[in-house]
Amino acid sequence: MKFIDEFRDKDLAKGLLQNIEKTSTRPVQLMEVCGTHTVSIFRYGIRGLLPEHVKLLSGPGCPVCVTPNQDIDLAIALSRQKDVMIVTFGDMMKVPGSTSSLQKEKAEGKDIRIIYSSLEAIRIAQKNPDKKVIFLAIGFETTSPTIAVAILRSKEEKIKNLFFLNSQKRIPPALYALLQSEKLNVDGFILPGHVSAILGITPYQFIAKDFGRPAVITGFEPLDILQGVWMLIRQIEEGRAVIDNQYGRIVQENGNPLAMQKIDEVFVHDHAQWRGLGTIPDSGYRFKELYAEMDAANFDVEVEPPREHPQCLCGEVLQGIKTPVECRLFKTACHPENPIGPCMVSMEGTCHAYFKFS
Amino acid sequence: MPDDKILLAHGSGGKLSHDLIQQLFLPRFSNPFLQPLDDSARITNQTGPIAFTTDSYVVNPLFFPGGDIGRLAVCGTVNDLSMIGAIPAFLSLSLIIEEGFPISDLKRIVSSIFDAAEEANVQIVTGDTKVVEHGAADKLFINTAGIGWVKAGIHLSGMNAKPGDRILLSGPLGDHELTILSQREGFQFQGDLKSDCAPLNDLVGKMIEFSPSIRCMRDPTRGGLATTLNEIASKSNVGMVVEEEKIPVRESARGICELLGLDPLYLANEGKLAAICPPGEVERLLGVMRGHPLGKDSQIIGRVIEEHPKKVVLHTLIGGHRILDMLTGSQYPRIC
Ligand code: SF4
Repeated sequence: MKFIDEFRDKDLAKGLLQNIEKTSTRPVQLMEVCGTHTVSIFRYGIRGLLPEHVKLLSGPGCPVCVTPNQDIDLAIALSRQKDVMIVTFGDMMKVPGSTSSLQKEKAEGKDIRIIYSSLEAIRIAQKNPDKKVIFLAIGFETTSPTIAVAILRSKEEKIKNLFFLNSQKRIPPALYALLQSEKLNVDGFILPGHVSAILGITPYQFIAKDFGRPAVITGFEPLDILQGVWMLIRQIEEGRAVIDNQYGRIVQENGNPLAMQKIDEVFVHDHAQWRGLGTIPDSGYRFKELYAEMDAANFDVEVEPPREHPQCLCGEVLQGIKTPVECRLFKTACHPENPIGPCMVSMEGTCHAYFKFS
Repeated sequence: MPDDKILLAHGSGGKLSHDLIQQLFLPRFSNPFLQPLDDSARITNQTGPIAFTTDSYVVNPLFFPGGDIGRLAVCGTVNDLSMIGAIPAFLSLSLIIEEGFPISDLKRIVSSIFDAAEEANVQIVTGDTKVVEHGAADKLFINTAGIGWVKAGIHLSGMNAKPGDRILLSGPLGDHELTILSQREGFQFQGDLKSDCAPLNDLVGKMIEFSPSIRCMRDPTRGGLATTLNEIASKSNVGMVVEEEKIPVRESARGICELLGLDPLYLANEGKLAAICPPGEVERLLGVMRGHPLGKDSQIIGRVIEEHPKKVVLHTLIGGHRILDMLTGSQYPRIC
C-alpha cells in the first residue's frame, strides 16, 4: 500500500494549490457530497489552504445523518418486542430518535448489538436461533451490495430469524432533488469516490446535462481532493460542465456491475424518506417479492409519531444551506457526547467534523 | 482435570476450586510469595515511594494475533507502572470466568500470563478466581493490580511538560486496535498486522537510566496518541505542535485506516509510549530508544510550546494544520 504516500506529498500539494490560485478568478461554492470528503478536508486542514474565495460546503452524503427519525423510532419500537435483537452499525447507536435512542434502550436491557459488517448479522442470527434478529440496514451504494449479499446468503442458508429494516439510500436521486431546490447555491460538485466505484459515471450525467453544473468524482486522499477542486475550478472558469473522474485508479466508467447486480437481485428502486430533504422519488429500495419475508417492515408494531428537535438545523446543514456554527445548539447543548441531531453523531457528520476539527 | 469446561463449582471454594488452583495455576506461578497460599501475600518492605495501580481487561476476541487477554492483562498493568518511572515488581491476578468456559482456553491464557510475567520480570503474588453463571459475564474478565518501586529522584508526571520540550514516540500507531477489529466477522484485512502488546518496563528503564530528567511518559492506549497528548497538554497547561509526517504508521495499518475511515492517531496501542523530555536531551534519548527492540522505530514527533495552552495542533502531511482533539465516544469504521 505504498501508493498512499504519493497522495500525501507536501510539494505536490503546494503545486496543486498554486494551480488552483492561478486558475481561480471568481468566488465559487463547491459541495463535497460525501461525509468522508468532509472528514478528509478537515483532517488535512484543506479549507485553510484554499484561496479565500473558494468555499467548500458539506452535502447530504452521511448515511447516519440522513436516516429519518421514523426509521430510528421503528427500530426502537422493534427492540421493545419480545425475543427481538437489533443489530446495526456503531454510529447508529447514539442517533437520537424522537424520544429515545438505541443506546438508551440497550442500557435499559434491550438486546441491541453493534456489528461491523453486514455479514456479521448472519452469524449472529445463526448463533441466536431463539431470537428474531433485525438488522437496521443503512448505507449508500457502497454498503447496499453487502446488505444484498447478506440477504441472498440468508436465503440460501435458509435462515429464518434474520430480518432487515431497510433504510438504505441512493445518492443520485438525492442530488437531483437537491439541484431542484432554489435555495441551493453550489457551482460544482465533488462526487463521492466509493459510491462512484459502484455506480460508475453515467448515473451522474444529469448534473451537467440538466442543471449545467460541473462535477468531479474524487478520491479521499488530500491530493485527490486538491486535484478534484482544481479540475472543478478549471471547468467553471472555462464555462464547461461535464462529469470528470479524478479517481480513475478506483472508479471505472461503468462502475462495478457485479455489485449493482446483487442490489438488483434483491431490491427494486422506491421512494425514500431523507432527513432534511423529505421524501425523494427513487432514492431508496424496496424488497423484491422473493425476499419480502425478510423485510422488518412486516412486523406489526406501534411507532410513536416522529418528532425532531425544533432548533436542530441538521436538515439545512445536509443541504448545504446552513453551516453548523449557525445552529444555536452547536457546542452548547449539542456535542458528540450529547448529540441532538444525527449530524453530531457520525464521524462523517458535518456538525461532528466542525466540532472535532475547528 | 477430567472435565473440559469450567463449572460454577470451580469458583465455589470447594474441592474443584482447590484442584483448579493446584493444577492450573500453581505449577506456572510458583514463587515464594504466592506459595504459602495465605489470604494475602507478604512482600518485602522497600524504602522510597511505591507505585500502585489496577486495571481490568475485557477484550473480544480473547485470542488475537500478537497476544491474548492474559498477555494484555500483564502488559497493561506493567506499562501503567512503568509510565511513572516505577520498576514493576508484583502483580495480583483476578479472573472472572463465565460458566462453561473451556478449560483448554484457560490453560492457554494462564500460560500466556506466565510467559508475559516472565518477560516483564514481575511476579504474580496473589490471585483469585470467580465463576459466574452463563450469561453473567462474557467468557472471561481479568483484573490485575500491580506494585512497583520508584527510584529516588524519579518524578514522571503529566503535569511536568514545559515549553521547549520535545515529544517522542516509540513506534508505529494503531496495530493493536486494528488487529482486534480485523478479528470481527466480515473483515478480511489482517495481513501482516498483529497487536503490539508488550511490556515496556525494560525500554523505560533504559530511557530513565540515560535521561533521568524525562518529564513524563504515557502509553497511548484507548483514545490513542491524540487523547494522550491532550491529557498532558491540559495537565501541564501548555500547547503542543505535532508533525504528522513524523508519526510512524505501518503501511498496512495506514491502508486499512484509509479504507475504513479511521484515524491512526485515535487508535489504541498496547506497546507504545510517548515521552516528553527537555530539548537538550532529545537526540540522545532518541538514540537510546532506537537501540531497544521495542523502540527501534522511535521518532521525535513534535514539541511543547507556550502558545495555545491545553491545545494540540497537528501540522498535516500536506502542510495544513488542525486542532487535534481528544477522542469523543468511539471510532467506528465508516459505513459509506
Ligand atoms: S449542532 Fe447539533 S443540533 Fe445543531 S444542527 Fe448540528 S446536530 Fe443539529
